[in-house]
Amino acid sequence: MSGAMLYGFCSTVLVGLGLYGLIVHPELLRKILAFNLVGGGVFLLFGVIARRGAAIGFGGDPVPQALVITGLVVAFAATALAVALLLRLFQETGRAILQSDKLTDAPSDNSQP
Amino acid sequence: MTNSTTAGGFLLVLAIVLPVVGVLLSLALGGRQAQRVAFVVMPFELAVAVAIAARIWRTHEMLQYSVGGWIPPLGVAFRADGLSAVMIVTSALLICGIGLFARTQFAAPRGAETRAPLMFWTLLLAVWGALNVVFIGGDLFNLYVALELLTFAAVPLVSLDGRAETLAAAFRYLLFALLGSILYLLGAVLLYGAYGTLDIVLLSGRIHAQPVTWAAISLMTAGLLAKAALYPFHLWLPPAHAGAPAPASALLSGLVVKAPFFLVVRLWFDVMPGMPERAAAQVLGILGATAIIFGSVVALRQARLKLLIAYSTVAQIGYLFLMFPLAIRPEAGHPWSTAAWTGGILQAVSHAFAKAAMFMAAGLIAEALGHDRIAGLSGIGRALPITVFAFGLGGLSLMGLPPSGGFVAKAMLLTGAVAEGQWWWALVVLAGGLLAGGYVFLVLLRALGDPIEPLRLITSVSRGRQALVAAVALCAVLLGFVPLRPSEFLQIGRPDTVAVGLR
Repeated sequence: MSGAMLYGFCSTVLVGLGLYGLIVHPELLRKILAFNLVGGGVFLLFGVIARRGAAIGFGGDPVPQALVITGLVVAFAATALAVALLLRLFQETGRAILQSDKLTDAPSDNSQP
Repeated sequence: MTNSTTAGGFLLVLAIVLPVVGVLLSLALGGRQAQRVAFVVMPFELAVAVAIAARIWRTHEMLQYSVGGWIPPLGVAFRADGLSAVMIVTSALLICGIGLFARTQFAAPRGAETRAPLMFWTLLLAVWGALNVVFIGGDLFNLYVALELLTFAAVPLVSLDGRAETLAAAFRYLLFALLGSILYLLGAVLLYGAYGTLDIVLLSGRIHAQPVTWAAISLMTAGLLAKAALYPFHLWLPPAHAGAPAPASALLSGLVVKAPFFLVVRLWFDVMPGMPERAAAQVLGILGATAIIFGSVVALRQARLKLLIAYSTVAQIGYLFLMFPLAIRPEAGHPWSTAAWTGGILQAVSHAFAKAAMFMAAGLIAEALGHDRIAGLSGIGRALPITVFAFGLGGLSLMGLPPSGGFVAKAMLLTGAVAEGQWWWALVVLAGGLLAGGYVFLVLLRALGDPIEPLRLITSVSRGRQALVAAVALCAVLLGFVPLRPSEFLQIGRPDTVAVGLR
């Protein structure tokens, strides 16, 4: 088994675990972490693909590396936004899980900011 | 087709840079200045949008700009074809309308808390910039970043009022959106690994049918469907769109959900022209049909006006995806020369105007009454006649009655269904129209009925704002005068339209 193959499998496992966590865990912090796990898997795949480009004769394809840096920044920003929302939600409700949030029971004058 | 910058390509850069400069200025100046900045940016950005469309109309060629002079595959290209121009102009018009509508609601009060107005105006410009990047991006990774920008701008709009319900709705939206974009990114990586480029034009020349392509396209499509809230990924949409303040709802329901749909169109028709299997397209069609029926039936059962409109969005998104089974591998010609393809795009545009008008009308009604329970609407038709009229005009387009953009769009989908011999989609379109008629009349009957006790309005609503909503609704009606045939303008810049000598 080549190195690229091994890393490819690792990224598949990470994506799978992350998706599982994202769907199954009710705790929102765990969902955020699971999203980061999926992200990690995808970024690892970028690395694998950069490495495969090396077979042509370069020391490694630089484009995926540039993409990974952008991707990391985006994932970081997403996580920051999610954590900020979660904190605010926790302050308001005292819970860090989503319950069935039917707006039908909400106070009716909700269109005002 | 050359890959260099065309004349007028700088317009594409302006379309992105102007809103971004506005966002930065708003954040730097803060407080009351955000609204002024937004109103300065709006006319210029609208002018840029019109200029882009006019140039494409005149030259019959797509606009292109290679960022920094780097030509793909190393650089990133922005391209605007006829389809992009239509979407850019639509979003520019609608955002200007929403901005004018929100002027009083989000006017920064003197000395009071200014956070919500500051955020609203900043995010409005941010959504605008992100939408433009989505519409002109020519690189799949660049489009990923654009999608994320759009998510980051759209999610906080849901929870501007900071109540627990809207925060939960925003979080649910964020989770779906993040899952969607990460799946999209995974697909994009696989495509890069297989073909060594992410540029749409280059990719369309290299791509061929093999398992990795199918895996990548499936992942990207699934991710985009989660963001577009197509059934069964619609769970986040009703609480988010119904909970947001009315101008934000109009923006989210009218434009933001159209961006992922636009990318599905790019992916299926531009990245892999002629490749998609009919069976795969049928799956999209079935999801769309389920969305139409499910969304409309649930909308009929809602007790609150804004939730009714939000579920109607779920249904109307379904129509967008009916174009895939009808336009992929048509019996004759290109997908984009079919009636169904044009109908799908027109549905996106007319629904944008109609739904924005309906959400804004619902916002005015809620402002005047202090609630938006449908059972308590009796008599509002007399108190706010223009608003209810605007709601009705929007409903006209949703039902698909002439004259309205919705009628032309649905008529073209019907034509496509008959021409392709797939009559079952025609039944869905007709049933969806009837159901839409049901929920629109449900509201109108209440609104036009006599109140049991005299109606008390908690605030008066200015005629100007009511007229503005009617003007937006009128745009949806005016789209009904678009000729009932495949549009030439929409086909500008489509791959090998000219090469085959279609025109």
